[in-house]
Amino acid sequence: MELMDPLAINIKNLSFNYPGNPTQLFTNFNIKITAGERFGLFGPNGAGKTTLMNLMTGLLSFHIGSIQLFGNEIKNHNKSINNLFGLIPQDLSLYQELSSLENLEFFGAWSGLHKQQIKSQAIKLFDSLGLTKLQHIPVHKLSSGMKRKVNLAIGVIHNPKILFLDEPTVGVDVQTRLTIIDFLKDLNKNGTTLIYTSHQLVEAERLCKSVALIDEGKIIVHDDLSRLLSQHGKGGLEELFLNLTGKDYRNQ
Amino acid sequence: MYKLWATLIKDVRILMRDAVGIILMFGMPIILVLIVTSIQNSTFELAYKNQVSLLVCDRDTGEVSAEFIRAIDKIGLFKMLPVSKAEPLKKFVHQMHSGNELLGIIIPSDFSSKIDTNSKIAADKALNSFGLKGKWAHMSEREVGPVILYYQPILEVSYRQSINSALYSALQLVESKQIIKKLYFSINQKPIPENIENELLNNKISINEYPLSLHNNEIIPNASQHNVPAWTIFAMFFVVISLGGSIVREKLSGSFIRLKALPTNYLLALISKQITYLGVTMAQAIVIFTMGVCLFPLIGLPALNLNVDIPALIIVSLVCGWCAVSYAICIGVLAQTQEQANGFGAVSIVILAAVGGLMVPSFFMPNSFRIPMKLSPLHWCLEAYYKLFLEGGKLIDVMGYVLPLLLIAVCFQVIAVISLKVKKLI
Repeated sequence: MELMDPLAINIKNLSFNYPGNPTQLFTNFNIKITAGERFGLFGPNGAGKTTLMNLMTGLLSFHIGSIQLFGNEIKNHNKSINNLFGLIPQDLSLYQELSSLENLEFFGAWSGLHKQQIKSQAIKLFDSLGLTKLQHIPVHKLSSGMKRKVNLAIGVIHNPKILFLDEPTVGVDVQTRLTIIDFLKDLNKNGTTLIYTSHQLVEAERLCKSVALIDEGKIIVHDDLSRLLSQHGKGGLEELFLNLTGKDYRNQ
Repeated sequence: MYKLWATLIKDVRILMRDAVGIILMFGMPIILVLIVTSIQNSTFELAYKNQVSLLVCDRDTGEVSAEFIRAIDKIGLFKMLPVSKAEPLKKFVHQMHSGNELLGIIIPSDFSSKIDTNSKIAADKALNSFGLKGKWAHMSEREVGPVILYYQPILEVSYRQSINSALYSALQLVESKQIIKKLYFSINQKPIPENIENELLNNKISINEYPLSLHNNEIIPNASQHNVPAWTIFAMFFVVISLGGSIVREKLSGSFIRLKALPTNYLLALISKQITYLGVTMAQAIVIFTMGVCLFPLIGLPALNLNVDIPALIIVSLVCGWCAVSYAICIGVLAQTQEQANGFGAVSIVILAAVGGLMVPSFFMPNSFRIPMKLSPLHWCLEAYYKLFLEGGKLIDVMGYVLPLLLIAVCFQVIAVISLKVKKLI
């Protein structure tokens, strides 16, 4: 599989609408995200963030345009391309009846890892996320913060080149949030490109180096975060967001 | 291969932690098979082993009525309970209402005299036809008052009809005996000797009963031979609650999104679920059959006779189990919610069981039910098991049922895969 492309993600002329809904959500949409980025994708509710994530991960199929992950076209892809990325969906994506270790054993195997690889990865991940003592407890008995950590560990067990994160810290306390952010930064240092979306803009400031604001399927701005803040003379992402979208969050 | 192994381990772990599902899949059929076999066995014993109590009010007390009562007693079906001839009808009926007696018979007061007279007339008419003179031949027969039979309405029509037939045959025997006695007396002017009477009237031909058997196996049908396979099939198809529900849960929960985003096809998950639940159906068969063989005799029920073609039994069980699992997968894939899967799954199994002959034997079904019956996979399962358990069939004899079952199972699988493709889930 081609991994030499300096672009982790290259979306070209993407047009998409949901079946049965004639309204075009994306029209000739283009974006490039370089490898090793900590990229934040933001926008009001209904802007198309989750749809774009689903398109980039192949969960939604499209017909017009192109999405490439490290130069590999995702349209009509075979399943092997899915090894390139990890996905942390907003909802807990695991089996609550199983323990953290059992979840990792199963999802690790489905990610193409062997028993020994899963075992060594599980030890490392549990250690980094503070889950070692809880690894045998069924997930449904864990606190929501611990569940989020397990959800994260499952998504990165196969050392993905790209990690898609959709609201990875919903409903967790400050300590857990900071642990997760530090963990993600470490992951990025080791070469994983992070594609992150959230409504937690303060958290996003800590994590993201570059951001894109999208609304109604269009990119409003895409640049380095510190450069954007200084250009617009804003103190934080939240202020910048309101300034650029010209409105408050919808539906709130 | 490791992916499949890990998926199997995951499915088994989730299954083992689903206490309600396990109770439904194992507890419910165990209770059902125990209850239904006990009920059917007690009916069987009531009809064939225990005698049915019969109140007998002989208002005649003559020689012929005594003969009639002896003939009824000789049938062996009834426990005779004599009632005083002076008992008023109202009191007799009241006694039946208040007691446990299922039947009551009243022999009219002129029973002996009228049958005696009619026998003389019939005998003399016969003599006349031989050219001899009979003084009663010119007389017309007298009308004999009917024998009255009271019965409890709970008695099944078919059972009542067999009682009626038994009583008629006793009555006919008594009448024939009387005619022969009179005929003998008219010719010889002396009573018929007992040995000649017996020789003339006793049955010379016996009826030997044999249950239909394909290979001369001596399998005696009993309530266990009927019920154990029937409720095993029901249990197998009831995995729809656990398996169908698990597929819907997986589809609706976030785990499915992750599965879709991983480099493995969801069909692997379906294969793993099939293997896991096929194991469950085999475990159900082993548990219920073992109960039939070991537990039933201990609690007074007839033991399940496992003297059948074991390889054929294993193959039939595997095919039935696979068909049940395929049905559950189909329901799980088509259902949008857990409630749909559980509700439709459970109700459809009860309907398919009823249509398939698990609750009422298929030969009792009206003609309009013949086609739906053949569409029910439970019907083919039941017929295959009955061929083995009741007729001592071999593998070759059950192939006619196994092949349609395989076809039905493949149809369920195809529907499930097409539905997954249409929903873009694979």
